[in-house]
Amino acid sequence: MIRVQQLTKKYGSFTAVKGISFEVEKGEIVGFLGPNGAGKSTTMKILTGFLPPTTGRASIAGFDVFDQSVEARRRLGYLPENTPLYTEMKVGEYLRYRAALKGVPGSKVRERVGDVLDLCQISDREKQLISSLSKGYRQRVGLADALVHDPDLLILDEPTIGLDPNQIRTVRELIKNLAEKRTVLISTHILPEVEMMCSRVVVIHRGQIRATDTAENLRKNHRAVGELVLEAKAGPDAVDALKAIPTVKDVTATPDGDWTTFTLRLDANAEPGAEIMRLAMERKWEVREIHQKRATLEDVFAELTTSEH
Amino acid sequence: MMREVRSIFNTAIAYVVMAGLLFLLGFTFQTVVSIINKSPSDITVLEGAFGNNLFFFIFAITTSLVTMRTYSEEFRMGTIEMLTTAPVKEWQIVLAKFFGTVIFYAITLAPTLAFFTIFSVVSNSHPAAKGPGAFYGAYLLLFLIAMLFIAIGNFASSLVKDQVNAAVISITFKIIYLVGPVMLGILLTVTDPRARAAEEFISPVMHMRDFSQGVIDTRRIVWYLSLTAFFLILTHHVFHSRKLKS
Repeated sequence: MIRVQQLTKKYGSFTAVKGISFEVEKGEIVGFLGPNGAGKSTTMKILTGFLPPTTGRASIAGFDVFDQSVEARRRLGYLPENTPLYTEMKVGEYLRYRAALKGVPGSKVRERVGDVLDLCQISDREKQLISSLSKGYRQRVGLADALVHDPDLLILDEPTIGLDPNQIRTVRELIKNLAEKRTVLISTHILPEVEMMCSRVVVIHRGQIRATDTAENLRKNHRAVGELVLEAKAGPDAVDALKAIPTVKDVTATPDGDWTTFTLRLDANAEPGAEIMRLAMERKWEVREIHQKRATLEDVFAELTTSEH
Repeated sequence: MMREVRSIFNTAIAYVVMAGLLFLLGFTFQTVVSIINKSPSDITVLEGAFGNNLFFFIFAITTSLVTMRTYSEEFRMGTIEMLTTAPVKEWQIVLAKFFGTVIFYAITLAPTLAFFTIFSVVSNSHPAAKGPGAFYGAYLLLFLIAMLFIAIGNFASSLVKDQVNAAVISITFKIIYLVGPVMLGILLTVTDPRARAAEEFISPVMHMRDFSQGVIDTRRIVWYLSLTAFFLILTHHVFHSRKLKS
């Protein structure tokens, strides 16, 4: 659906996007993940034909976004960052105008607008001025706009930014529902969002792609050092005994009354939990708590995007 | 395009402009009629109403106020991104915005047609009413000048993000256009034939003198249309390059 090849965008001497390539297949929901200023919006603006690339190519459904821009744009619905709308218009009026602008035939406009109003749950706001809507509702109007010409591809630039938790949940649900029949490329720097919604993640940092995989695989393959916490009543020899386990790199002990909290640094992908429990049984330690911290997407994100270059 | 018309009607400026223009025209019309009543002269009502610099100055200002938001507001609000990522070409946007405002002016000026029709009927075709030729001529020229002024306004609006700046630039352009020949006359001494020629060439007041007599001069039509096209092409260029930088 989307094919990006060696795409570069320079603003004067600043290179916002450095030769990135990726593909999005039909039916996928791909999360475009990166810190602010990583080049997410720039890439999306190129895909939607708003900005031309400096070098490289990109195509949507086989249409080049630059040479066959109008054809490519016909097939995509775009929600820009901050959802700019004509605030002096009414919701229904705005959507009918957008539908006509996007080439929905005159006889179908009302039907399509009715559909997207229902889909985005804003039918009751049809006659309201956009300027009087809350941010959450505006976001839904933006989504309705992106959907009004029934595009195969949705490109959403930070659709949940600036919303309160309830609004975020509704918008997320909405996007999930929309994705059933469509391809979605969604940019965000909110990690749980990606894990919740996306079938695949593209991590971008300083204009370069750092990783492309499912959120799960990213976490699994993450080389961050694991950590295990054990709270137990144990003798003074416990530290040495724990250190003797081959996958344990280091142990620190913090006394807490009768109890001691041991923090174990582990080798990558080590799972010494069973071994530790066996040791505890042998030595008759009383164990209050044991848990291993797993790499979260956040760790992966931090490692991939707080880099040296 | 219809969105443009509607969006103009959604602003307070639209009604001020409409009311102002109609009031002004009504007033000058009334004055002209009373002058003609007192002393017969060879000027027509049409010329009296449109063929003066005051009218064109007001016209310059109102067209600037109506067009000042056209592009500047799109850039300021970021809606330019929504607009240009819809499957339409840039020149379609430029033309739609232009004709949107032209339609607004056509609607605004339509009631004034009644002035002259009524005058003609009531005065039992007084010579100052002239025939339908003068009528069409005057309105044709008015329409052409409106197009040029709207194109200049669009161009000014495409240059800046702030609508007030856009209006100032637009008004400045038009005033230079209107007083240019007069300034030239002062610089070259009024009797200089070159100043006279320049004035005849560009002054809307001079053109109105001909057109409101029913003399439809193709040179003037070509002049206004090509200047309008020139400003629309400039607008398209500025719009395009600003979009790339945004």
